[in-house]
Amino acid sequence: MALGPKTAVYIVRRLAQAVPVVIGIVVLNFLLLQLAPGDAATVLAGEAGGAPPEYVAQLRERFGLDRPTHVQLLLYLKNVLSLDLGYSFRNSMPVSTLILGRLGPTLLLMGATLLASVLCGVLLGLLAATAVNTWRDRVISVAAVIAYATPLFWIGLMLILLFSIKLEWLPTTGMEDVVAFNEGWDRVLDIARHLVLPTVTLSLFYMALYTRMMRAAMLDQRGMDYVVTARSKGLSERLITYRHVLRNAVLPVVTMAGVQVGSLLGGSVVVESVFAWPGLGQLAFQSLFARDFNLLLGIFFLSACLVVLVNLAVDLVYLALDPRINVD
Amino acid sequence: MPQSFWRRFIRNRPAAVGLAFLVFVVVVSLGAPLFFAGDPFGIVGKPFLPPFGAYLFGTDSLGRDIAAGIAHGGRTSLMVGLVATIVAVSVGTLLGAFAGFYRGWIDDVLMRFTEFFQTIPTFLFAIVLVAIMSPSRASIVLAIAVISWPPIARLVRGQFMATREREFVQAAICLGMTDAAIIFRQILPNVLSPIIVAGSLMVATAILIEAALAFLGLGDPNAMSWGFMIGAGRSFLRDAWWLCAIPGIAILLTVLSINLVGEGVNDALNPRLRTL
Repeated sequence: MALGPKTAVYIVRRLAQAVPVVIGIVVLNFLLLQLAPGDAATVLAGEAGGAPPEYVAQLRERFGLDRPTHVQLLLYLKNVLSLDLGYSFRNSMPVSTLILGRLGPTLLLMGATLLASVLCGVLLGLLAATAVNTWRDRVISVAAVIAYATPLFWIGLMLILLFSIKLEWLPTTGMEDVVAFNEGWDRVLDIARHLVLPTVTLSLFYMALYTRMMRAAMLDQRGMDYVVTARSKGLSERLITYRHVLRNAVLPVVTMAGVQVGSLLGGSVVVESVFAWPGLGQLAFQSLFARDFNLLLGIFFLSACLVVLVNLAVDLVYLALDPRINVD
Repeated sequence: MPQSFWRRFIRNRPAAVGLAFLVFVVVVSLGAPLFFAGDPFGIVGKPFLPPFGAYLFGTDSLGRDIAAGIAHGGRTSLMVGLVATIVAVSVGTLLGAFAGFYRGWIDDVLMRFTEFFQTIPTFLFAIVLVAIMSPSRASIVLAIAVISWPPIARLVRGQFMATREREFVQAAICLGMTDAAIIFRQILPNVLSPIIVAGSLMVATAILIEAALAFLGLGDPNAMSWGFMIGAGRSFLRDAWWLCAIPGIAILLTVLSINLVGEGVNDALNPRLRTL
């Protein structure tokens, strides 16, 4: 696939199609959150140990919560479309500043997870499929079935128990050792050490899924005509596997990985809570209980945009991997 | 057919083991009030008693019997998993059937919906739903069902679109059968097996989601659950690992056995597809 004008048109069209979906998500969540008991004003008043109703009313007026719902919604949409995500009264900071501060850690965790799960999944699937019904295949398949059934948050705790508490190899929580004031490569190394357990925890489920998909896809492809052709023209099994079958079998895994970016973001809420990882998931969770709806809506908006972009990127990778697919 | 199905299923060793364990879990869970009478939140002895002593799985930080918690928690997990799946599969099947049969605007709306649920982080959405409705068994079931139905609808839609063109359906249309009769009496029985398989695997996913919600403190405060036990034991991981380890193993084994049964059903329903 060349990056010609056709591809550019395709990218623009895809982005345009995503706009109504993203707006729909914002509107739906906005309306849902209106149904929640309590708002930011009551939470703030409650934390102050109770407040007279006049004060709560005053807070509402300041936050703009006293206006009718549809006015609030239209105002919010107008702001979002001009990329202004509003103000978090709870944290006394603009929502965009808060979110951008947390975006880095989440992207780091998600990127590492995506990379680890796809690479290991493809590799393990390949190892299993090239040795069907031997002990190697059985061990990998059984491990995948078990990993597929393991609750993320639990395996995270068990990894902390083993590697941080008993063996003391890796740090328990957080993203870096803040009091160590590491700089340069020391800091990178420190963050990498903190990243290992959360990444393994979040990858495990997806790795299991991709391993099984990869194995099935490899076995599926083995019976195809092009493999028979390759074999009859005298190619070695190795060459057939690595040059022909592998490329075709990777496609469904790549698609699946793209589709699951949204679910990965959801899963990171749990993992971030287990490892006290300072990411978007934790921020979303805290904002929900503080009734900080501007912040929560901002996170939903941003993660929807993120999913759209990653899906688009995955489709472009797909185009590059499979020249048969046409952008039209 | 049912007899040969059963024979094929039971000959599949992992599926048979899974089924046996699942039956065990169901018996223990349903019999929890008999085996472990009294409130699972009640204090029975000293806190932090290790497992395999006076109490099978020991006691937790408040001196509650962990084995009783596991048995009663199983009721919550199985109930939530089952009911949420039934709701999600019913809604998904109905919408998927209409979309696949009639196409048109129902189909468009459905596809937009699926896109929507692929774009939103579903677990985060479930958290918001539960928090809005305030945590209870009903709200948890509803939240899980809301995020689970779209894949079923997509699956059923595809099946209906393919089956709609088959000759027996065309014949039924020519005979003047009503749409409802064609959908529910002609097509649905023919596409039931993938729905059953997807549904049985969904029970496992629903149990995992319920456990994660309870772990985060969004479980029903009046019902003991495995996720809640892990969440409550978290702070004592260093000194009392079994508070977290045991409920997690219960979740793992239950979900694993449901998955094995689901795959066994799949293999037994489609003997021709079983090439591996």
